[in-house]
Amino acid sequence: MPLKLTKTPMPSQKPTERIRNFNEVTLGYNDKQALEEATRCLNCKNAPCKKGCPVEVDIPEFISHIKAKDYAAAIETIKGKNNLPAICGRVCPQENQCEKYCTLGIKGEPVGIGRLERFAADWDLASGTSHTPKLPTPSGFKVAVVGSGPCGLTAAADLARMGHKVTIFEALHLPGGVLMYGIPEFRLPKDMVQKEIDYVRQLGVEFKLNFVIGETATVDELFDRGFDAVFISSGAGLPHFMGIPGENLLNVYSANEFLTRTNLMKAYLFPQYDTPIKVGERVAVIGGGNVAMDSARTALRLGAKEAIIVYRRSREELPARKEEAEHAEEEGVKFQFLTSPIEYTGDEEGRITGMTCIRYELGEPDASGRRRPIPIEGSEFEMPIDTVVVAIGQGPNPLVPRTTPGLELTKKGTIEADEKTGTTSRKGIFAGGDIVTGAATVILAMGAGKDAARSINDYLQTLPKKN
Amino acid sequence: MYRIVHKEQISPVVHLMVIEAPEVAAKASPGQFVILRVDDEGERVPLTIADFDRENGTITCIFQEVGYTTKQLATFEVGDHLATFVGPLGQPSEIDNYGTVVLVGGGVGVAPIFPIARALKQAGNEVITIIGARTKELLFWEDRLRQCSDELIVCTDDGSYGYHGLVTEPLKQLLDKGKKVARVWSIGPTIMMRFVAKTTSPFEVPTTVSMNPIMVDGTGMCGACRVSVGGETKFACVDGPEFDGHKVDWQLAMRRMNAYKDKEQQALSHSHEGGHCQCHSN
Ligand SMILES: Cc1cc2nc3c(=O)[nH]c(=O)nc-3n(C[C@H](O)[C@H](O)[C@H](O)COP(=O)(O)OP(=O)(O)OC[C@H]3O[C@@H](n4cnc5c(N)ncnc54)[C@H](O)[C@@H]3O)c2cc1C
Ligand SMILES: Cc1cc2nc3c(=O)[nH]c(=O)nc-3n(C[C@H](O)[C@H](O)[C@H](O)COP(=O)(O)OP(=O)(O)OC[C@H]3O[C@@H](n4cnc5c(N)ncnc54)[C@H](O)[C@@H]3O)c2cc1C
Ligand code: SF4
Ligand code: SF4
Ligand code: FES
Repeated sequence: MPLKLTKTPMPSQKPTERIRNFNEVTLGYNDKQALEEATRCLNCKNAPCKKGCPVEVDIPEFISHIKAKDYAAAIETIKGKNNLPAICGRVCPQENQCEKYCTLGIKGEPVGIGRLERFAADWDLASGTSHTPKLPTPSGFKVAVVGSGPCGLTAAADLARMGHKVTIFEALHLPGGVLMYGIPEFRLPKDMVQKEIDYVRQLGVEFKLNFVIGETATVDELFDRGFDAVFISSGAGLPHFMGIPGENLLNVYSANEFLTRTNLMKAYLFPQYDTPIKVGERVAVIGGGNVAMDSARTALRLGAKEAIIVYRRSREELPARKEEAEHAEEEGVKFQFLTSPIEYTGDEEGRITGMTCIRYELGEPDASGRRRPIPIEGSEFEMPIDTVVVAIGQGPNPLVPRTTPGLELTKKGTIEADEKTGTTSRKGIFAGGDIVTGAATVILAMGAGKDAARSINDYLQTLPKKN
Repeated sequence: MYRIVHKEQISPVVHLMVIEAPEVAAKASPGQFVILRVDDEGERVPLTIADFDRENGTITCIFQEVGYTTKQLATFEVGDHLATFVGPLGQPSEIDNYGTVVLVGGGVGVAPIFPIARALKQAGNEVITIIGARTKELLFWEDRLRQCSDELIVCTDDGSYGYHGLVTEPLKQLLDKGKKVARVWSIGPTIMMRFVAKTTSPFEVPTTVSMNPIMVDGTGMCGACRVSVGGETKFACVDGPEFDGHKVDWQLAMRRMNAYKDKEQQALSHSHEGGHCQCHSN
């Protein structure tokens, strides 16, 4: 059979339909499509794809199980390394991870590894036959995990599988971190996230929700309560603003607020759910990353007539995943490149009515390798707008660092931690995910959780035995 | 889950609830607040901690029925559970021995004044408390505040009880008389706090106010609770809720509170149609 150079397409909702609902955009493979795609895999001996996966999924093996239609074996292989496959299969930036190294990628499109992973995971969730792996005899050690985002969930699951008693402390009323409050329902259904988290519960991990570390108890108080080690994975949840005039006008949101109201609090189902959200007719989203794309697409679904991404650089520099930008464009999101607001203006009630923008041109590449945007003098112009979503990035939330004496921080306020082991300046305290790297990706956060679980386990072995 | 162990009606639209939340009670300090959700479809609503009992593991909140969630909360009875009750949030009040302090509470703001007054009294201050309400039947906790105040002045807008007038009037009289006041706390409707700050400003008495902007998470994640203080943007849930009343941008604060006025009307009329789906509650 001649090798197919392109990925088997994944069915999705038509743009005209999907901008009127919050249902998932992509629909996943059926058995036939999965088989067709799995058949493309060459089962390479050295499996170059594996080195692109931060959690080391055995890719050729799980794909060969799909080829043999043994889906249970496929999911078992995946879950040996990845506790959240239905999530990763959807939101991993695969083009920069596993698929980037796929042999097929040299001549054509790589194998749709993420799509196949999702297929196996969805089959597992739907079949309801998912079984808990055998757990070792309890070690007697207790580990506290701060934050239930992908990093904390991964560390907790791995530590539980090593026999330790793990408790996750989460500030919000539902676990999942950005998976619940940030990434929209139409990309990552929340029911599914909760189902996948149930698997972590099955491993014996205890969740203490509505518990803010630094307020309800400090990290040091966790040690007083008998925890032997603490893993901090509290994410990068602090929204950045630009500090320009008018930023506190009504209907100027941080992306975090806009998305949290919609996703976690389900404002799109208002008034069945009690949390309201306001979206006007012409929405400007400031920024060009995934968060900006999610905000613009959310605005359209909430009824905005126009959603415009306002980005300082040009299309080539967009930090968003290509697929996300394409989906946004298909749905009618507009792009205003080489532009940035310098002031917001409002009416007498304090509601935003417009913004003054300035145009940019691109200069020499900066430290990040992207061409530096330079404002063009005298290029100011007005844009009438009635809602703004500021999506220019997030910093580390200072709550935990501020209340943990002796924990060394970087200049940016992230926790100083060893990249491979998560060890911090304080004995018994480990850290990983966005609180260490700054805003990154789900799979990198999971990789950090995995590495930290190993080194926490090593650390626990140096303590006096409990069992 | 968080069980309601006691409930009292304080006035026609103000209720007191004691809620079992041992983790919150263990850490609660004057000036802090909690966020609650009544059920799984509920909004996250902040309420100030009016009292706490570490031994019994309970928190007391006093709330006024103003919109959908507070009206729904008022229908909850002893034995019912709340879906979320998280805290204590925010920075505690800065308790110290300042000398003479004046505490000004208005409306439901009288409740959070109490633990602050008690702590200031214990710290050795001379405590003068001024509380106000529109009319006599809306007043509460006069007895409690009297116990921890060296002097208590009660005001009503309509003159039905105590001093006839606004809380700022006796405050101004005190300052005019040359009373050496080291610090003022003011908690109540935004407009009242604004005028208390305006009253103390010419006398240069440091004045702490407790801001109550709209909030979502309460952990510094969403930025909904932005207030401008001394030209700087602060997040009330983590940097506050107490701020220097002389530096707060009051116009902005008052505008931001009205962000969802029309939507709130929609939620209320929805509930009148009986449309609030109960099928998911358990
Ligand atoms: C809108 C949006 C879209 C994104 N899209 C993608 C995508 O498509 N693909 C991708 O790979 N990545 C994406 N990302 C990035 C990715 O979600 C993050 O990098 C990842 O979630 C980081 O994981 P984490 O576990 O470190 O932190 P988080 O997911 O932020 O979780 C941290 C958790 O800790 C809790 N917490 C914080 N402080 C405390 C405290 N004091 N006490 C208790 N709990 C606390 C928080 O409530 C939160 O639940 C996106 C991010 C956003 C915001
Ligand atoms: C830190 C903090 C502490 C608070 N402590 C108390 C307390 O101890 N007792 C108490 O009764 N209330 C307190 N509030 C106010 C309380 O949170 C609001 O009354 C409540 O959120 C209204 O919810 P709702 O759904 O019933 O009304 P909504 O339908 O949301 O609003 C009805 C009306 O109330 C106004 N409103 C909305 N949010 C607020 C707000 N945050 N503050 C004031 N008015 C608002 C709206 O403008 C609207 O006109 C506090 C608020 C904060 C931020
Ligand atoms: S977890 Fe992500 S990087 Fe790893 S195989 Fe799956 S899609 Fe690729
Ligand atoms: S590199 Fe590509 S073709 Fe080779 S095993 Fe991995 S997925 Fe299959
Ligand atoms: S309520 Fe979200 S940051 Fe304060």
